[in-house]
Amino acid sequence: MSLLQVKNLVVEFPHRRGTLRALDDISFEIAPGEILGVVGESGAGKSLTGAAIIGLLDPPGRVASGQILLQGERIDHLSSQQMRHIRGRRIGAIFQDPLTSLNPLYSVGQQLIETILAHLPLSEQQARQRAIELLQDTGIPAAQERIDHYPHQFSGGMRQRVVIALALAAEPQLIVADEPTTALDVSIQAQIIGLLKKVCKDRGAAVMLITHDMGVIAETCDRVAVLYAGRLAEIGPVRQVIGQPAHPYTRGLMACIPDMDSDRPKLSQIDGAMPRLNAIPSGCAFNPRCPQASDRCRSQRPELMPAGVTAAACWLHAQEAT
Amino acid sequence: MSPPQPLVRAHDLAMRFDVSRPWLQRVIEGKPRQWLQAVDGVSFEIARGQTLALVGESGCGKSTVARLLVGLYAPSRGSFHFDGQDAHAAYQSADARALRQRIQMIFQDPYASLNPRWTVEAIVGEPLLEHGLISRPAELRERAAELLVSVGLSAQDLGKYPHQFSGGQRQRISIARALATAPQFLVCDEPTSALDVSVQAQVLNIMKELQRSRGLTYLFISHNLAVVRHVSDQVGVMYLGRLVELADKHTLFSQPRHPYTRMLLDAIPKMQGSGAARTPVQGEVPNPLNPPSGCTFHPRCPQADERCKTERPALRQFQGIQIACHQV
Repeated sequence: MSLLQVKNLVVEFPHRRGTLRALDDISFEIAPGEILGVVGESGAGKSLTGAAIIGLLDPPGRVASGQILLQGERIDHLSSQQMRHIRGRRIGAIFQDPLTSLNPLYSVGQQLIETILAHLPLSEQQARQRAIELLQDTGIPAAQERIDHYPHQFSGGMRQRVVIALALAAEPQLIVADEPTTALDVSIQAQIIGLLKKVCKDRGAAVMLITHDMGVIAETCDRVAVLYAGRLAEIGPVRQVIGQPAHPYTRGLMACIPDMDSDRPKLSQIDGAMPRLNAIPSGCAFNPRCPQASDRCRSQRPELMPAGVTAAACWLHAQEAT
Repeated sequence: MSPPQPLVRAHDLAMRFDVSRPWLQRVIEGKPRQWLQAVDGVSFEIARGQTLALVGESGCGKSTVARLLVGLYAPSRGSFHFDGQDAHAAYQSADARALRQRIQMIFQDPYASLNPRWTVEAIVGEPLLEHGLISRPAELRERAAELLVSVGLSAQDLGKYPHQFSGGQRQRISIARALATAPQFLVCDEPTSALDVSVQAQVLNIMKELQRSRGLTYLFISHNLAVVRHVSDQVGVMYLGRLVELADKHTLFSQPRHPYTRMLLDAIPKMQGSGAARTPVQGEVPNPLNPPSGCTFHPRCPQADERCKTERPALRQFQGIQIACHQV
């Protein structure tokens, strides 16, 4: 059974002039121990998907319809009290900026111990011991001493290691990592991605990795979901989505990335920009920018349909579906 | 024919910042003044119509170099010659305006670098007014419209405000503003790192096109090696305020010589990789307030020996490239 199921998730923001639909009919699953990448441009709804799953949607945003199931149990309509027991215990979260996700007034040890005691039946002594182990596992040298240091005494990469230790503190089954390496330099990014992959594999935790960096996805994930304007454009095994993308948007996105192995005089580009939420075109949201758009794309919205080994929301694959 | 004179020549540029505590505290605590050596002896040349890219991690001094070149800082050592003229002397003198017309800058964050209360016409037209190039309003409007069209926007956008544009469009407005005085040299400080890849491609294509059509010379600062590979002719790799390797693009990417360059190249996630774990270089950039002795990269370098710990390697010529490493 899949660990996390998201079924037809719709997230809306009520607004003076009508309702903005920020996530529109998103469905996917994450198996235990799997790493699912979620990519898309700014504003595509990547972070919002993560926030909906961990129950941290900022009001007035709300789950308007659809379901989120953790091990078959619905978690999208729980009270904030009930959600607190799930968050941290069963779903861990890692955010982009390690400085703002740590409290500057408490030592990292206090923050780790607080998290551990909130979720696990341990004594203060045992919790401290466990906190030191966690810091060691996340590659912090001299964890015995570092545990009593404050966040400002750590560098960016080290802070992100502490945040990963915090997310892992109560052995969650799922970790939602929202752009965990975007604020870091490339050399540190490689270390953190390697670490995240290793610690999650050791503990059998599944990861939902939200990023805009296709390179990180290619190296880390098992499957990848591509979001566009709040809709799922394509989802499938990472090799296929990157190597033989089925959706024209994914193809365009892959082609704009400057690569290291070839010299092109001009990068290919997708003209235009992603539509604003209050002006999503009818039919397929990508049709105004799509080189292969037909009349059907302008009038009728495509659902996800099988396209080879991946699934793409694109009418080009309609024949295969029927 | 003798080789043409480079448009931009920086020699031994250095910049240090005073980060000491206030005087009274220093006296009470008996602490000396403290200096941060942000840029330490950087030399390079850029030929007309070429692009030099500077790459490196946060805090390596890339942006300080950019600010030195446009005259936002005066260097604490070294010189910068633009078209044969001592630029830092010129920045202090009455010629400053003439020079500023010829050197313009594009900043990283298109959300912070455009005044939200000005229309696009005012933003793009300001350099024209400031330098007294145009004074009649109708002419100004026409020229601003031409500039917008040259970066792929339309004349109808003149009356709009920055918030009505997306990030990529805003960056194009910044480019139009930088082009207003018809400069020869553009200093671009991470012009695409705040943008999504699809938008980044649009902006990079425009920049290359403008370089071709106007013969612009660029200093392009970035931490993204793939972008650098796409736009540059020459690449300089910086580490803790110093150039560690300077080579033409093809040599640098096909045969990186400095261990730090190799590490940077190796750290880029590969799109078509096997998924196998790489062995990332351990450690982080040291604190620039207290840089390591000798070669500043030695604590992270897999090839470091005793000499690297004590003796600072100088940038020297080696098979057509410049490199600062004892092991090469």
